[in-house]
Amino acid sequence: MSGLPTLRIATAGSVDDGKSTLIGRLLHDTSAVLDDQLRAVERASRRWGDGGLNLALLTDGLRAEREQGITIDVAHRYFSTPRRSFVVADSPGHAQYTRNMVTAASMADVAIVLVDARRGVVEQTRRHAFVAALVGVGRIVLAVNKMDLIGWDDADFRSIAKGLTEYVEALPAPPPVDAVPISALHGDNVVALSARSPWYDGPPLLELLEQAARRPVPSVGARLDVQWCIRHGASDYRGVAGRLTGGPLRVGDPVSIAPGAMATTVAGIDRAGRPLDTAEPGQAVTVVLADDVDVARGDVVLGVAGVDRPIATTEVCADVCWMTETPLVTGGRLLFKHGTRAGTATVTGIDHRVDVGTLERSPVDRLELNDLGRVNLSLSTPIVASPYRVHAESGRLVLIDAADHATAAAAMIHELEPAS
Amino acid sequence: MIGSLTDELVDEAITIVREVTAECEQPVLLFSGGKDSAVLLHVAVAAFAPGRLPFPVLHVDTGHNFPEALEFRDRLVASIGAQLLVASVQDSIDRGRVVEEPGPRASRNRLQSVTLLDAIAEHGFDAAFGGGRRDEDKARAKERILSFRDRSGGWDPRRQRPEPWDVLNARVHRGQHLRAFPLSNWTELDIWRYVAAEELELPSIYYAHERAVVQRDGMLLAVGGPVSPETGEAVSVETVRYRTVGDMSCTGAVRSTATTVDEVIIEVAAARITERGATRADDAFSEAAMEDRKREGYF
Repeated sequence: MSGLPTLRIATAGSVDDGKSTLIGRLLHDTSAVLDDQLRAVERASRRWGDGGLNLALLTDGLRAEREQGITIDVAHRYFSTPRRSFVVADSPGHAQYTRNMVTAASMADVAIVLVDARRGVVEQTRRHAFVAALVGVGRIVLAVNKMDLIGWDDADFRSIAKGLTEYVEALPAPPPVDAVPISALHGDNVVALSARSPWYDGPPLLELLEQAARRPVPSVGARLDVQWCIRHGASDYRGVAGRLTGGPLRVGDPVSIAPGAMATTVAGIDRAGRPLDTAEPGQAVTVVLADDVDVARGDVVLGVAGVDRPIATTEVCADVCWMTETPLVTGGRLLFKHGTRAGTATVTGIDHRVDVGTLERSPVDRLELNDLGRVNLSLSTPIVASPYRVHAESGRLVLIDAADHATAAAAMIHELEPAS
Repeated sequence: MIGSLTDELVDEAITIVREVTAECEQPVLLFSGGKDSAVLLHVAVAAFAPGRLPFPVLHVDTGHNFPEALEFRDRLVASIGAQLLVASVQDSIDRGRVVEEPGPRASRNRLQSVTLLDAIAEHGFDAAFGGGRRDEDKARAKERILSFRDRSGGWDPRRQRPEPWDVLNARVHRGQHLRAFPLSNWTELDIWRYVAAEELELPSIYYAHERAVVQRDGMLLAVGGPVSPETGEAVSVETVRYRTVGDMSCTGAVRSTATTVDEVIIEVAAARITERGATRADDAFSEAAMEDRKREGYF
């Protein structure tokens, strides 16, 4: 056991890059695979595989996945080493790649992007790196897999690593990139360094993960998006429940209720029914306010102290990952959710679409499934927001199809206009 | 070993319970008397404390329960003042909604999907909280926190809503409902760490005790209720405990001497067999047993 916090990892790669095999390898070599699971994989390997133990079948558990040898949806896996525990969100590389990558990477600390050493960096690799950087992962690990199939060629590896690093460095907010030459199939440089790559002077993949930092918590003022108001008649208890982001928030702190401007102070904080003096970012709490102010779901309790305070606005410019078949068009009307506030969002303009290969921005009149672009939105009700890069929890929206309620887009606020 | 993850997991679970409750009209919490649903209920009560639990608790009763689990259910629900609804598989059989499997090894496990869906329709529930965890099974590992179900309750792994961040989109259509899994990211060990930290009571059969069992399909099945020894099966008294508590006809015991929470935690941390692999005949039918049942409306 150690004090290191759990690391959230997203994995991405193209079809046949060996991603499921890599995760199977990590699970297997850290003893996260138990005997009955291994027996089941042995049985399935005989049925679906080519003879040997197919570690990919540890994660590809659905019928269609086994029959077609592909990964369909994001799978979550849990493993740990003596130093740290890990949650892996494994994102498939083929169809629906943007929606899956966004689901997997949106909360991740580290994105492992796999490439096949024989093919090097392809468009899919760049797309995954682009989305990972856009949603704000702290680090990208480029795993150059199947090194055995290119004879562990040092120069090829360096050229692939250089290609992706240069691409990422050209992005607006580039995370650091580490590259590791591996063979997931044979386990080289995954858990332990391999004798086949004496020229590689970095740590094995698992060690990189053990040392990686969590996403930093931005130093912004306390924010609580009100989910629910809790009342208890007998004791006259009245509290607002939600998850604290930013902060900390202490009993006695002055706060305001946004988007209005009512001011009050924190009279008490409970977490899971127990009193706290100080609530930290990430904690699910109930805050009792000193005055009987009007506060409801969708409002935001804001600490008065702190830099980069969010502002109320109905006009935002946001980067969106479009994740549904119906295209986004100018004038289109969607539902939105920001924190706990919901309303309608009208697309007032499409600024551009990004070509993830060249990073070129082009004017378009629509965004199609899996497109990435920047749009202007006009909201039916004000939100209390910051740019995503300042405070992710204040700067992110989910856009919802008004007809079928599908989750249509993840949107990250680039700029906002104060409410007039 | 997993460090102090449990606190983060509790914050996540409370946030999910509150959000789905706020966005949906008629939520319900599915409660089996097992450890996961006991933890879920405890977390849900904490999410709204000191207010009352704003939704009822539903038990889908196969009629093949361990008596200890039923007794625990009634006591727990009474102690928190929750409203308990019971949907009975026997009623579904009596009303002709389902047909009992023939033979001495008949299980009602699969039948309960129909009973559950009927109860959801009858009460107009649009969201059902469940204690499912992603580490239980490879099909569950692919299920989102919010799992949308069509009119027949079916789960389509190819058409799941993306879940960016923790901003949940819980909007359902009329006739649709969703299953919400606040404990998705918990492991078996996390559950036990929570039980230890909160000094949570569980049915006594989670701890080592002596029991008359028969060995069948590689599992130790308790003799009694729906299970009788078949020809050639020897009944023996063993010191066992349960890692999962489900229908008596398909839930196996494991040999164990762990009589306290701390001893169970040590045992679980060292286990080389998954909890469902060790104890559930229902998942041993085929390599995709859980996926198949989920497509039919299972939890």
